[in-house]
Amino acid sequence: MTYEEKIIEIAAANQRVVVMTAENRSAIRRVPAALGDRFIDVGIAEQTLVGAAAGLALRGRIPIAHGIAAFLTMRAFEFIRSDAGIAGLPVKFVGWQPGLLSEANGPTHQAIEDVALMRAIPGMEIFCPADNAELANAMTAIVDRPDPCYIRFNSSEPVVSHSAGQEYGRAELISGGSDVSIMVYGFLLREAIKAVAILKGCGVSVRLVNMRTLNPLDEDAVVACAEITRLVVTIEDHLLTGGLYTGVVETLQRRRTFCELRPIAIAGRWFKPALLEDAINYEGFSGEHLASKIMRYLEQMPGRMRAVQ
Amino acid sequence: MQTQLKLNASAELEAIVARVRENIIRMSRHGGCFLGASMSCADLLTYLYGRVLRIDPRRVQDRDRDYLLLSKGHASAALYAVLAEFGFLSDGRLDNHLRLHDSLYWHPNSSIRGVEFHSGSLGHLLSVGIGIALDIKLRRGPSRVFVILGDGELNEGSVWEATLVASAKGLDNLIAIVDRNGFQANARTEDLIPLEPLAGKFESFGWACEEIDGHSFDEMDRVLGVLPVAHGKPNAIVARTVRGKGLPSMENREDRWFVASSEEEAASMIEELYGGKVEEPGRAERKLKLEL
Repeated sequence: MTYEEKIIEIAAANQRVVVMTAENRSAIRRVPAALGDRFIDVGIAEQTLVGAAAGLALRGRIPIAHGIAAFLTMRAFEFIRSDAGIAGLPVKFVGWQPGLLSEANGPTHQAIEDVALMRAIPGMEIFCPADNAELANAMTAIVDRPDPCYIRFNSSEPVVSHSAGQEYGRAELISGGSDVSIMVYGFLLREAIKAVAILKGCGVSVRLVNMRTLNPLDEDAVVACAEITRLVVTIEDHLLTGGLYTGVVETLQRRRTFCELRPIAIAGRWFKPALLEDAINYEGFSGEHLASKIMRYLEQMPGRMRAVQ
Repeated sequence: MQTQLKLNASAELEAIVARVRENIIRMSRHGGCFLGASMSCADLLTYLYGRVLRIDPRRVQDRDRDYLLLSKGHASAALYAVLAEFGFLSDGRLDNHLRLHDSLYWHPNSSIRGVEFHSGSLGHLLSVGIGIALDIKLRRGPSRVFVILGDGELNEGSVWEATLVASAKGLDNLIAIVDRNGFQANARTEDLIPLEPLAGKFESFGWACEEIDGHSFDEMDRVLGVLPVAHGKPNAIVARTVRGKGLPSMENREDRWFVASSEEEAASMIEELYGGKVEEPGRAERKLKLEL
């Protein structure tokens, strides 16, 4: 079932649900006909989208509000924070083309700080699906939860069968392993899976975790990685600051668990605008790039260094 | 349907609004309040609660109530004083203004009975009001949504974004009232970011617009008493007001947006408010018992 089919199904069963957009209809083209006046398009007006969503939520509605991720989370940030955030209203924000998915649009359209911004809003949940199956599957739970939520929209085809009945807020263990742990979210899961296959061919045993939600962050899953493998790698198409890496550092420090931790992220600049596969390659997120980086991290491990000497 | 508080005698409204102003002055002690911006909308808020809004302080969650949203949240002292007059706040509650143990701070929040939504950041509540008005339309409810905007607030682009959207959606259950006191925080609006012709702006955005004297109950009767101004369109009321209204020494002064006064200064302002005739200086007595 696609995301669109899923929200039509959810809205059909639950009259509280309204679907909104700031004229960003790519993922919901069939929704207007299906929902009638419970579909509300405010035009290219992200601030009004968010304020109106808060007003609808005050009246008991559960708005699913769509916008281009960069403009939804940044142009309307203060509305998200002050209208939905302060009031703790159950508005579900769906950010279109987050991270590398903005492809060749250029820096204006790059939401690579969206997770950091949403993490800074008390009570804001953050869901980063690996593919369309995970996205559609989680929507029921997200709509049922009473909190505001930011969804990093991603409708890519699945490359893995997700475990059924995955509890919201829990990470998904894709493979067990003893040499290195990889924590990843969003569509980069597919590149991480390629990297795992390459590393396996080199005799490296990899524990791969699909994080799924960044708030709540599955702290037990984070700690388990640090306890099981000496090296932990975070992978995200997001700035180094404020995303998964930051959350993992905070978690490990709080839980007094220490390991060798290496981030693979977008470090302090905007990425090279390009078609997705080119951008992935150029920015070093392809399975091959990830595998070679991780091999290098393993070689740089202190114990390994002594063994080499 | 809510029972409306009908206060038909203008004398009653006048008595209430005098106490509202007195209490605004009192709230300027012990930390201060946005006195100039509160005094200008005191008559409007008193009139709305007294004659227009269908809202019952005993049933503030009633789905069919009217909504009042104070988008110019810094006029909280006026709202608190009016809510106290109309039975939403208990006697003596205003003494808690800015006290740590209560939540009557410089901008309103919905933990206060009668406050529908928090404000403070300008340019938000017209959008929130659109959402409320849309839901009322979806449910074919009788409620109306009144949004009180400052004129300085109209500098915010989000106001005009929302103005376009409200018009596109034909929200005739949405009434925006501009407290047109001619000042923004530190300057006259027309000296900084001119707004005139303001009514024409709303009209060109597809709203029905009326201009009134925001201190005249008769003029409010003429327009607010016969809402909507037009069907099928959102309604804007540009209410011409005076910053600091009621205190000639404060009126129309750029430096009287926020006022922190001493006990003596407050007493002197209250004396000025009543034209130098204060029979019993001290606490404002609730002389009128409203039948709620």
